[in-house]
Amino acid sequence: MKRIIVVGNGMVGYKFCEKLRKQSVAAEVIVYGEEPRPAYDRVHLSSYFSGKTAEDLLMAPASWYAEHNIVLHLGELVTEINRDAKTIRTHTGKTDHYDYLVLATGSSPFVPAIEGVERDGVFVYRTIEDLNQIIDYGKKIKCAAVMGGGLLGLEAGKALIDLGLQTHVVEFASRLMPRQLDEAGSNILLHKLSQLGITVHLNKSTKRIAGNGKLEGLEFADASFLPVEMLVISAGIRPRDEVAKASGLEVHARGGVLVNDFLQTSDENIFAIGEVAVHSNMVYGLVAPGYEMADIVVRQIAGDFSKLFQGFDMSTKLKLMGVDVGSFGDALGETPGSIPIAFQDKHNGVYKRINISADGKLLLGGILVGDASQYNLFHQMVMNRMALPAQPESLIIGAPGKGEEGAGVKSLPDSAQICACENITKGDLVLQITEKGVKTLDDLKKSTKACTGCGGCTPMVNDILKLTLESMGVTVKKSLCEHFDFTRQELYDIIKVKGLKSYEDVLEQHGKGHGCEVCQPAVASLLASIWNEPILNQSTIQDTNDRFLANIQRGGTYSVVPRIAGGEITPEKLIAIGRIAKAYGLYTKITGGQRIDMFGARVEQLPEIWEELIAEGFESGHAYGKALRTIKSCVGSTWCRFGVQDSVAFAIFIEDRYKGLRAPHKLKGAVSGCIRECAEAQSKDFGIIATEKGWNLYVCGNGGSRPQHAKLLVTDVDTDTCVKLIDRFLMFYIKTADPLTRTATWLNKMEGGLEYLYDVVVNDSLGIGEELEKDMQALIANYHCEWKKVVEDPAQRAQFKHFINDDSSDSTLSFVEMRGQKFPEDWNKK
Amino acid sequence: MEILNDIRSLATVDNDIKVWFKAARASDFPENGGACVKYKDQQIAVFNFARRSEWYACQNLCPHKMQMVLSRGIIGSVSEEPKVACPFHKKTFSLRNGECLNATEEKLAVFPVKIEDGFVYIGFAR
Ligand code: SRM
Ligand SMILES: Cc1cc2nc3c(=O)[nH]c(=O)nc-3n(C[C@H](O)[C@H](O)[C@H](O)COP(=O)(O)OP(=O)(O)OC[C@H]3O[C@@H](n4cnc5c(N)ncnc54)[C@H](O)[C@@H]3O)c2cc1C
Ligand code: SF4
Ligand code: FES
Repeated sequence: MKRIIVVGNGMVGYKFCEKLRKQSVAAEVIVYGEEPRPAYDRVHLSSYFSGKTAEDLLMAPASWYAEHNIVLHLGELVTEINRDAKTIRTHTGKTDHYDYLVLATGSSPFVPAIEGVERDGVFVYRTIEDLNQIIDYGKKIKCAAVMGGGLLGLEAGKALIDLGLQTHVVEFASRLMPRQLDEAGSNILLHKLSQLGITVHLNKSTKRIAGNGKLEGLEFADASFLPVEMLVISAGIRPRDEVAKASGLEVHARGGVLVNDFLQTSDENIFAIGEVAVHSNMVYGLVAPGYEMADIVVRQIAGDFSKLFQGFDMSTKLKLMGVDVGSFGDALGETPGSIPIAFQDKHNGVYKRINISADGKLLLGGILVGDASQYNLFHQMVMNRMALPAQPESLIIGAPGKGEEGAGVKSLPDSAQICACENITKGDLVLQITEKGVKTLDDLKKSTKACTGCGGCTPMVNDILKLTLESMGVTVKKSLCEHFDFTRQELYDIIKVKGLKSYEDVLEQHGKGHGCEVCQPAVASLLASIWNEPILNQSTIQDTNDRFLANIQRGGTYSVVPRIAGGEITPEKLIAIGRIAKAYGLYTKITGGQRIDMFGARVEQLPEIWEELIAEGFESGHAYGKALRTIKSCVGSTWCRFGVQDSVAFAIFIEDRYKGLRAPHKLKGAVSGCIRECAEAQSKDFGIIATEKGWNLYVCGNGGSRPQHAKLLVTDVDTDTCVKLIDRFLMFYIKTADPLTRTATWLNKMEGGLEYLYDVVVNDSLGIGEELEKDMQALIANYHCEWKKVVEDPAQRAQFKHFINDDSSDSTLSFVEMRGQKFPEDWNKK
Repeated sequence: MEILNDIRSLATVDNDIKVWFKAARASDFPENGGACVKYKDQQIAVFNFARRSEWYACQNLCPHKMQMVLSRGIIGSVSEEPKVACPFHKKTFSLRNGECLNATEEKLAVFPVKIEDGFVYIGFAR
């Protein structure tokens, strides 16, 4: 059996191992890696700052190597290659013999020889160790700079902001990301960065890193000075070719091991792949070309010499600090005769540029900043030399709707590469769907590995899946899950018409299999929306929050949120909450929904806490359910000098009316006392704003990650009409929306949109108005405080225990103290 | 990590059960759901999968964020495989062999369960 030694256990070295084992190539594989841990995802290194742990980032755990019969030596630097004897030697003196040697030593950050680079406080940004050092040092200081305004430099800048530092970016060129962007693109990005608090200095050549032992500032060639306490250098990369060079392999003058189209170095038994390799004068500083190289070498070792490395497209798309940036093909229009067409919208921070060929037939490349939704399509048009439309400017000027994007996918040839990380073409995906019977995105990801790298291709893969299934005549039905071939709306009708009252009955009569975490809570929500019976009658089909009538928190404790309708609360009740929170050692916070949350209750404490709250006149706030949450109010005409109606009284009335109402997703409302809108009613599922003559009713607004303003449904209606319309609106939503769909999304997907909704709710075009009102009335009549039922029922109370066979508490709970209150221990430290 | 190794050391290899621990009355467990059993200093999630007339046991600790919560997860099936979904981030694990089904989390330790005279017994290696 051949013996393969891989030098370097980075992303590409790992991919080589993975592909080799996947191809079942019979070979001994021994890996030497310098870093102390197995290969990790360097591309997502920055997510280390936002909570990912070193372990989360691993490409595969150490056990993977053992399971795949790969010997992994970590913390071992290969220092010598003896090509005649075909052996290597490590810094600890270990020697080993190879038949094939694969160099995957990557690169190291380039550190320019500036006076003072050795000072304390100067760092690079490549390994987890670098990040740990930056985090530690960052704790002691306030102000830092990044040298280099390229892709990586900006990523490092974001990390410094996340560390809470005043952040500067220093760039030698006259624009940011000089290799990907032009002046106008860079300007849009500059504006965005300044909003984030990053100060960018262009045209700055750093002459000296000043300081006394530790860093104090940067001196520039133009004699200006920037006082900073830390510097992260991101000025490019240098391939790690030192071992190769010492062993006499041919290297490039600017660094990197020379390889041919087979990725062979000047020694035919030695390959170089990833960032250490130089192919046709190019170093590829991205993972996708590295993976492609790994694939080609694996094929050769398996005896397949048909695939050559022929260069690689360097297009990139990324989200830089919340701004989409895409740069593809000939981004800067360097092809002779190319014609740029640009569109700029400074107000919204959008810049789009395409470069077309002199004859106007082909797209050569371009730049997208602020909105890169067309990146995949444009990139594929370039790669596949697809014909441009007669008016190429329509590509960037007309705002393309979703439909066009889908159609774009349709016109792509089978050879179009969809997932660059794993090199998967449209043809590969279509084949899985047409020949291998793949029907879901999850299965497609599993069978092809598409979307598993950066994830950027997911929307396109999804479009291809849908289009292909449709073209096969498969109706893409939004069934709940593998256990039910029905949509939520169909199940609603079935349950109601047949009078089904338990999940078991629904599953037995209309489903198959044994249920799952998708259909059980969905049916639970339907049963609650239709019958409004106590949900704990069927506790185990509920999500944990519903099963324990409280929100589960980090560490496994729960939070307690009593209802405070309209946000109005008496001093007595405030005192009661304070007393109870203190007695049980709970953390308290005013929520964004105008009420008070008490956190950190152990599961066995919940009934006692609620017993005390109920005795003080509180009720469940349903913060745990897909149910009515809060109706926010402003103080309104009773106190406010501008108020025109009593918004507090109306908010309390509405909250009491709909409390306990369960829906496909949570429901929020608000009532403002005048047009100044202090209760933010227009960001709610239903919002009411007082007018001189009555109320304006808005519907289908939403905060959250994709905020959307509510739409005006009716103006100046009286109180009774307003309530009647809300009844109809809510009931119509409850009956027809998909699971976990907020009202805003429901409306966005509704055929006919707001006009249709108006017709149904206000004009009663379907003739169901009365029925909707009656259904709502029945639900309201059936309201009960879920917690009161539990507190009064010993059998249900007994379910609130951590152990079934022991009365003790969970001993693994641990807390820390901050600002005079308790918090769960950081779970990343576990 | 230590906590993971501790629980794994309770699992039997080749069904070499040294202890049948009498946990609680079968009727104390919710139908089609789980409860947590204390054994020595360890926490075991035990599931009464009534819909399939089956019982399962696994570690209570979710390896994703090291949370002691699996007993509070929803159980169900994918194809024929019985599974539990962690309440925190909905990672799912096979109840039969503990393997993570929708991500690459570490495997759960699983334990044999038997019901005798109305009591639930869990099998351990020590
Ligand atoms: C406690 C609170 C934060 C706070 O300390 O202020 C909070 C906490 C949570 N929010 Fe929120 N949200 C809170 C107000 C809000 C608001 C502000 C508001 O209601 O005016 C919003 C934006 C408005 C909106 O919903 O349109 C908000 C938008 C979300 C979303 C995004 C919803 C969306 O449709 O995009 C989620 C995620 C979800 O529900 O799927 C969420 C989910 C959550 C969850 C339930 C996450 C979870 O499943 O654990 C958090 C539970 C905390 C807990 O255990 O109690 N929370 N959340 C606020 C509770 C208000 C209350 O009294 O009930
Ligand atoms: C912060 C950051 C963000 C990035 N973002 C992106 C992105 O969005 N998209 C993208 O495509 N790319 C990105 N990259 C680049 C990408 O990470 C690299 O292209 C990729 O890691 C290259 O893989 P590699 O295996 O060639 O090198 P590496 O991952 O660097 O691995 C080489 C390994 O070999 C070890 N080694 C070196 N010499 C020896 C020796 N003599 N003996 C033993 N071991 C040795 C090194 O210690 C290292 O562990 C990013 C990089 C960074 C740092
Ligand atoms: S909306 Fe503002 S101004 Fe109007 S009543 Fe409320 S608090 Fe007063
Ligand atoms: S803690 Fe279990 S899935 Fe995250």
